[in-house]
Amino acid sequence: MSMYTEYSTKLPKKIIDEVKESVPENISDSKLKKVLDECVREFENSQVEAGEAVGLVSAESIGEPGTQMTLNTFHFAGVAEMNVTMGLPRIIEILDGRKSLTTPMMEIYLKKPYNKGDNNIRKLALAIKGNRLRDIVSEISIDIADNSLKIVLSKDKMREIELTEATVLKTLQKSVKNYNVKMEGVEISLKAKSKETTLNDLYKMKEKVKTVHMSGVKGVTQVLPVKRDDEYIIITAGSNLKDILEMEEVDATRTTTNDIFEIEGVLGIEAARKAIIDEVFKVIESQGLNVDVRHIMLVADTMCTSGVVRGITRYGIVSQKSSVLARASFETPIKHIIQASLIGEVDNLNSVVENVMINQPVPIGTGLPKLRIKRQK
Amino acid sequence: MGEVYINSKFAGTVDDSRQFVQHIKDERRKGVIPNNVNVHYNEKIDEVQVESSRGRARRPLIVVKDGRPLLTEKHVKQLEKNEISWSDLIKQGVIEFLDAAEEENCFVAFTEQDLTLEHTHMEVSPLVMLGLATSLVPYGNFNQSTRLNAGSKNQKQALGFYAANYSVRMDMDVNVLHTPQLPLVETVMNEISGYAKHPAGQNMVIAIMSYKGYNMEDAIILNQGSIDRGLGRSSYFRPSVAEELRYAGGLIDEISIPDKTVKGYKSEKDYRFLEEDGIIYPEAKFKEADVIIGKTSPPRFLSSLDEYNLASSTRRESSVSAKHGEQGIVDFVLITESEEGNKLVQVRVRDERIPEIGDKFTSRHGQKGVVGIIVPLADMPFSASGIVPDIIFSPHGIPSRMTIAHLIEMVAGKVGSLAGRTINGTTFDAEPEDQLRRELMDLGFRENGMETMYNGLTGEMYQAKIFIGDMYYLKLKHMVANKLHSRARGPIQLLTRQPTEGRAKEGGLRLGEMEKDTFVAHGASLLLKERFDSDRTIVPVCEECGIIAVRDDFKKRSYCPICGDSAEISSIEVSYAFKLILDEFKSLGIYPKLVLENKY
Repeated sequence: MSMYTEYSTKLPKKIIDEVKESVPENISDSKLKKVLDECVREFENSQVEAGEAVGLVSAESIGEPGTQMTLNTFHFAGVAEMNVTMGLPRIIEILDGRKSLTTPMMEIYLKKPYNKGDNNIRKLALAIKGNRLRDIVSEISIDIADNSLKIVLSKDKMREIELTEATVLKTLQKSVKNYNVKMEGVEISLKAKSKETTLNDLYKMKEKVKTVHMSGVKGVTQVLPVKRDDEYIIITAGSNLKDILEMEEVDATRTTTNDIFEIEGVLGIEAARKAIIDEVFKVIESQGLNVDVRHIMLVADTMCTSGVVRGITRYGIVSQKSSVLARASFETPIKHIIQASLIGEVDNLNSVVENVMINQPVPIGTGLPKLRIKRQK
Repeated sequence: MGEVYINSKFAGTVDDSRQFVQHIKDERRKGVIPNNVNVHYNEKIDEVQVESSRGRARRPLIVVKDGRPLLTEKHVKQLEKNEISWSDLIKQGVIEFLDAAEEENCFVAFTEQDLTLEHTHMEVSPLVMLGLATSLVPYGNFNQSTRLNAGSKNQKQALGFYAANYSVRMDMDVNVLHTPQLPLVETVMNEISGYAKHPAGQNMVIAIMSYKGYNMEDAIILNQGSIDRGLGRSSYFRPSVAEELRYAGGLIDEISIPDKTVKGYKSEKDYRFLEEDGIIYPEAKFKEADVIIGKTSPPRFLSSLDEYNLASSTRRESSVSAKHGEQGIVDFVLITESEEGNKLVQVRVRDERIPEIGDKFTSRHGQKGVVGIIVPLADMPFSASGIVPDIIFSPHGIPSRMTIAHLIEMVAGKVGSLAGRTINGTTFDAEPEDQLRRELMDLGFRENGMETMYNGLTGEMYQAKIFIGDMYYLKLKHMVANKLHSRARGPIQLLTRQPTEGRAKEGGLRLGEMEKDTFVAHGASLLLKERFDSDRTIVPVCEECGIIAVRDDFKKRSYCPICGDSAEISSIEVSYAFKLILDEFKSLGIYPKLVLENKY
């Protein structure tokens, strides 16, 4: 045991654990030392040399095959209207750290009894699907004479998702202010409380009331039970990780979303980092390109080191650069120069761009080692 | 009740629009209404638009009545005998011009066979769908449309015989092909457009095969023997112009051999071609930097004080000399007067352009390529009958581009050259391929155009039969002699002290940001610095205030204009561009303070 602790500073825990597993339990100390020494040698050998421009190599390694990426969005074969942004637009979306995705999507894994492909999965899927008022109405009309909205509900659609008229009325009453919501025979009427409500206001209200959340999980617009390997999972369009994970039937350990910010909010920054890596790698793989994961890991790391996910944009990680000149050489130079001059910023000329600007060796590779000599008096 | 508009202005209403429109058309065909009037009837809103305004694109069509074209055999015969002309046909209402709007109401047949009772018009020829240059492409209907586009674009760049009076013209930057020929495989457009007066190519023997890889990536291989016999030779003409400009104060430029006292005098050697009048003599063989027209100008910035100053008489040298890398022979000297009445000298120089590696050639099918190698006649492959190709074209250029017409032209050209006649290759109306093949067989060749060929280097027979034929090749105006460029040292820009840009200014080749990245990725930091050293400067910096100080070389000392003599001044090496941006910061009121530190 002591031998392992001795090496815990020299080797990562994962490698030590691996060694532990693969050597016989009664291995002699001298033999174990030999094994571990060899591990250390191999480990150090595979480390990146000091002064290697890892960031730039990553950028080139992702960027070069990126030029060959198609702008196509792939479609799920045979499934109607379930497409996901793939290819270059998706990569840009991830790396820019965009808050709202063009196609948010979830893969919901279910716990043991529920993941069988029987009737229940269909029910569950429908329960997950977020229904808005527009999904259950057959008609909404504006009554100009009465200054009110008339909503006719669709009985068939409501039966399908097990919704009663009473609950619809209740949720509407809760979410709509300034209007009197009443049941009038088969239709629900919304009448403005104030008399100054114009037709224009009414029209806006009509659009607004359509989006009122009725049942299921908010944000999930489509559900699709799919067989994956031996079990059934639910793929959704639209994402709401927090609410889904709270559901009893859901296997929270495997359920994911492609919305990185949602993962960051629910599961934390480490999970977000992993999500970035997985999402980018998924795209690159789907395009049949061959990029080493470690390049993507580096990018994900830089996006996450500040504790929150920052995109690689002038508002994101570029704004975090310490050098004024480096920031100015990216986008909007005037803004940065003026900002820096106002607070008297000092540029220590520590990275590549600044040194290219002032024509000095860049502190990378051969430019890194410095000679220190004692002056003779 | 239909509304009638004349040139988009409301004119009135008619009861029966259809009849009204037909009436206008009939009167137009009779010649009562001018033939440049077009009518368009919009059935949906019952509206008649009569147009006679200018600027409408119109095209001719044969009028069809009851399923029969009005143009009859009789007309054709009369046309052939020159008894009637095109305008007579228009007058007779046999042919009329339609604009885009009227065409909407018409039903146009493509050929006579297509005609039905419903048709109102027929195309004059399927060729009208093509432009001039495109209809010059033989067998164009066998090519992909993109290739036709490329082919017609290339034709516009071909060297030829652009004007018969070229020898007395002073055109800028023109080329003349020495021995232009008419194409063996031609189209009717060749005759219509008067191609015989402006031929722009030569018939060459093409073999489709590879030759040691020198025709990879669209390159072509040229036969040195053919070049020696004048294939692809052209002359390049460019005038040099000098004018005796007049300046304020009665001063004037002078065209003469500059005096040695003149400011900016080059060297005696540079002026050696000039005669007493200061102009180079005809047929002089000049090289770069040689003066073509000697000229001096009065001194610049002449203030009133200088007029009394004797020294002000030093004139500036402002001769016109051959540009960097330029050479040639003086062709023609013209002394005349400009519009302002100043003496104007134009010297046209000529340069013979013999095909060399890098010159661009093309067939008429968008199959452009650059000369990859010029092979000695003795090393060229030859056929059993002793024919040596002028050009070896790569077979890889064919499958992806699908220029079938290129292949057909080769067969047709072969027939043409053997039978001693031109072949009609008009698009949609050409001599059929199988007929050509039969004729080729009758002439004693394989009907598919293949021939047994022998390796020119070893004399061995090639296993494969080689497709060989004649086709019309064009030399394009892009020649390496006009494009070749390199630089080691050279002129720099005044503002940034960085190398100038572009070939004309003998500029540097930019090492851009992405190229810079590759240096960084390799960790070649010091090499990178060396590459960016072109504008490096040593500047003195005041260590106290961090602003660039002043170096007085005369007194051999540096001082800071702010902190005075006492301040510590150190010299640092930076790019001049950086010094420049510091100056720009200062002009914006930003204080860029340099904090110095010992590097070692």
